[in-house]
Amino acid sequence: MANMVEKRAVIGVLIEDESGALARVVGLFSGRGYNIESLTVASIDPEARLSRITIVTTGTADVIEQIKAQLARLVPVHRVRDLGADGPCVARELAMVKVVSTGETRTEGLRIADAFRARVVDTTSGSFVFELTGTADKVDAFVDLMRPLGLAELSRTGVAAMARGPGVL
Amino acid sequence: MDATPQMTDAAYDAKPTRTLNGAEVVMRVLSELGCEVVFGYPGGAVLPIYDALFQQSAVRHILVRHEQAAVHAAEAYARSTGKVGVVLVTSGPGATNAVTGLLDALMDSIPLVCLSGQVPTHLIGNDAFQEADTTGITRPVTKHNYLVKRAEDLAPVLREAFEIARSGRPGPVLVDLPKDITVGPAPLNPEGKRRERAHPPRLDPEREAIRAAVRAMKAARRPLLYTGGGVINSGPQASTALRQLADMTGFPVTSTLMGLGAYPTTDRQFLGMLGMHGSYEANLATHGCDVLVALGARFDDRVTGRTNAFSPHSFKIHADIDPAQINKIIHVDVPVLGDVGRTIEAMIAEWRDIPDEAPNLDAWWRQIEAWRAIDSFGFRQDTAPSAIIRPQHAVRRLYEIVRESGRDAFVSTEVGQHQMWAAQHFQFDKPNRWLTSGGLGTMGYGLPAAVGAQVANPDALVIDIAGEASTLMNIQELGTIAQYRLPVKLFILNNRYMGMVRQWQELLHGSRYSQSYSEALPDFVRLAEAFQGKGLRATHVGELDAVIREMLAHDGPVVADICVAQDENCYPMIPSGAAHNEMLLGPEQQAQAASVTQAGMALV
Ligand SMILES: Cc1cc2nc3c(=O)[nH]c(=O)nc-3n(C[C@H](O)[C@H](O)[C@H](O)COP(=O)(O)OP(=O)(O)OC[C@H]3O[C@@H](n4cnc5c(N)ncnc54)[C@H](O)[C@@H]3O)c2cc1C
Ligand SMILES: Cc1ncc(C[n+]2csc(CCOP(=O)(O)OP(=O)(O)O)c2C)c(N)n1
Ligand SMILES: [Mg+2]
Repeated sequence: MANMVEKRAVIGVLIEDESGALARVVGLFSGRGYNIESLTVASIDPEARLSRITIVTTGTADVIEQIKAQLARLVPVHRVRDLGADGPCVARELAMVKVVSTGETRTEGLRIADAFRARVVDTTSGSFVFELTGTADKVDAFVDLMRPLGLAELSRTGVAAMARGPGVL
Repeated sequence: MDATPQMTDAAYDAKPTRTLNGAEVVMRVLSELGCEVVFGYPGGAVLPIYDALFQQSAVRHILVRHEQAAVHAAEAYARSTGKVGVVLVTSGPGATNAVTGLLDALMDSIPLVCLSGQVPTHLIGNDAFQEADTTGITRPVTKHNYLVKRAEDLAPVLREAFEIARSGRPGPVLVDLPKDITVGPAPLNPEGKRRERAHPPRLDPEREAIRAAVRAMKAARRPLLYTGGGVINSGPQASTALRQLADMTGFPVTSTLMGLGAYPTTDRQFLGMLGMHGSYEANLATHGCDVLVALGARFDDRVTGRTNAFSPHSFKIHADIDPAQINKIIHVDVPVLGDVGRTIEAMIAEWRDIPDEAPNLDAWWRQIEAWRAIDSFGFRQDTAPSAIIRPQHAVRRLYEIVRESGRDAFVSTEVGQHQMWAAQHFQFDKPNRWLTSGGLGTMGYGLPAAVGAQVANPDALVIDIAGEASTLMNIQELGTIAQYRLPVKLFILNNRYMGMVRQWQELLHGSRYSQSYSEALPDFVRLAEAFQGKGLRATHVGELDAVIREMLAHDGPVVADICVAQDENCYPMIPSGAAHNEMLLGPEQQAQAASVTQAGMALV
């Protein structure tokens, strides 16, 4: 019997920079009903015209295999890898968090930011913009703590990831 | 400057001294790639291509009457020849009309290249006249698609499109061609290397997988070969190998709808089609086998029924060229990635190499023969001349009379009950002769498919076994048939109902026949005449044979309106979501089966 337990997977994809390439990936996920928890993409080699996509998804082991096989079938896709296949991968996300507050709550926000090693990238008398890098869980925790302290706006990049060790995508 | 006088024609062709425009490059590349026929329909955005087409003779154009039909015709052209089918449509409505056909080809693994016109690049995004986001619309219905934005990409993209269409799991590829690209100059062989595409499909199977598969096959007591459309895709040598494998192993063979003809359906080892409307013996063998060898088949839901009850006790081997098909629906024990023809050949070699005795299958065959004795496709035709024609009888007589004629026959179908009766009662001993819409089930496929098959095989007998409702979905193709004097035979099993819908309504919706009656039908005989063809009609059994013979004897197009029983249901039937051993049989087989099933169930 197939394993029905859902797990999270972080999938790295090397794909040609061509028009519509990202739409193929996104369309594949929506068309086949796969989850996307996060998807990030940027060009990593303009000369070779290659981009790297990192997708965080969930599914049973069979579904994750299907996702990899379906991605690999797309013509502009060069490589697909389950980055967590051989143990946990390094996955990081960047968030910008705008907090609008004064007085006691404002200093409390600063103290927490310091504990999370968030950087202040913009300040006015009534607001801060913090920049925080870390695991998605760490960002979640920070955001939760900021919520009662005047959290006004949130922008997250989604996860960028790499497998540990010398192996490459 | 003019070409130097000593240059030969061939050299002139290879090295044009005058700069070609994009449209001319399109025509040159098509003929370079071996394309002989294009199915298409003109319009503003493709006028430059039609102009270039007009000025050459290497590539022939078949003018259809609707772009959907162009795609179906190209599909049948491809399926009946093994070549890539080529379609040419204009921008906007031309391209959107092609969408159904493209998805049909994608589902059924048919190699196609569809060229579509597009507004000039500088107008894209402006809601220009007849602009459509064609690559956006067709992305999910093609294997790959392109928008050519630079003249130097044109020729390489066309060459790559053909390669992608025919390699690996075949499928449709669309190339969208803005008008400025086809009007402006374009290089036939641009400088500079294009990047190699990363993944050539694996063709030769892994040795280890073949070993594991054949080891299981040698140990089997109740084996079954479950063959599919992939054997046809692989080419005629795969069919030859399949026959050899069946012969040396003595294994029973069943096939999907798409695989019919890869193994001779008249052979004793053939159990008939499996699945929803498959034979009793094929489905019970699938349910009861201990080793199931899937060869180029994709475990479609029409085949598996309820997946957790599908072939519950078998060791499963799955040979497919597409890694995405492995474990997609049914978990298998041994996946074998590669071309199925080469896989079967490797299995044959391995079978010879393993010294073990071949398994004794006598008990298994005895069981199969007991199931077969039910005669699940059987029906009783009242032979009184005035009796109503049963549709199964019409197909059977058509087959028998065609066989007597000794002619090479290609059969297309529409979608519905008649399609299933054709699958059950027409016999095929060669691949590439059976043309049907399996995965998408597109009503209106059959008539344009007959056009494509007849264009590809001008001397063969081409018959569309049709339903009256489906036929009306692309009936305009009688115009194409008339224009090119294609001797296509449209054989309509006219039950005055969308029979397949009516059957489900009878069995599942309390006989409430909501909107499934074919009201206000045309007079098909006069319709044929209006399109310069011959119209024939049979209303009772006494007329049937004569109408079939007259149809075959006429060397032009014929529409035969065969008025058949209106209330006939197609059996056997596995209701969707049921298991193979929960099959519904026809009234004639039910009583007999009850006793056999008890015995059979004890075995499986
Ligand atoms: C009204 C209706 C009723 C139907 N009832 C039935 C029914 O009772 N029984 C039935 O079987 N079908 C039935 N169908 C058809 C069904 O929907 C599917 O189209 C069909 O079962 C799929 O056939 P297949 O598995 O052979 O796969 P195909 O769709 O033909 O796919 C081919 C497979 O082979 C692989 N392949 C391609 N080329 C190669 C190669 N060179 N080497 C190796 N592998 C290759 C592909 O990756 C794919 O997995 C019905 C359809 C309709 C419209
Ligand atoms: C384009 C399209 N629309 C609707 C359907 C659903 N459908 C499947 S079979 C069928 C009835 C077909 O009737 P007919 O062509 O007369 O064939 P019969 O079943 O009577 O033999 C319908 C409506 C379909 N398969 N394709
Ligand atoms: Mg009908």
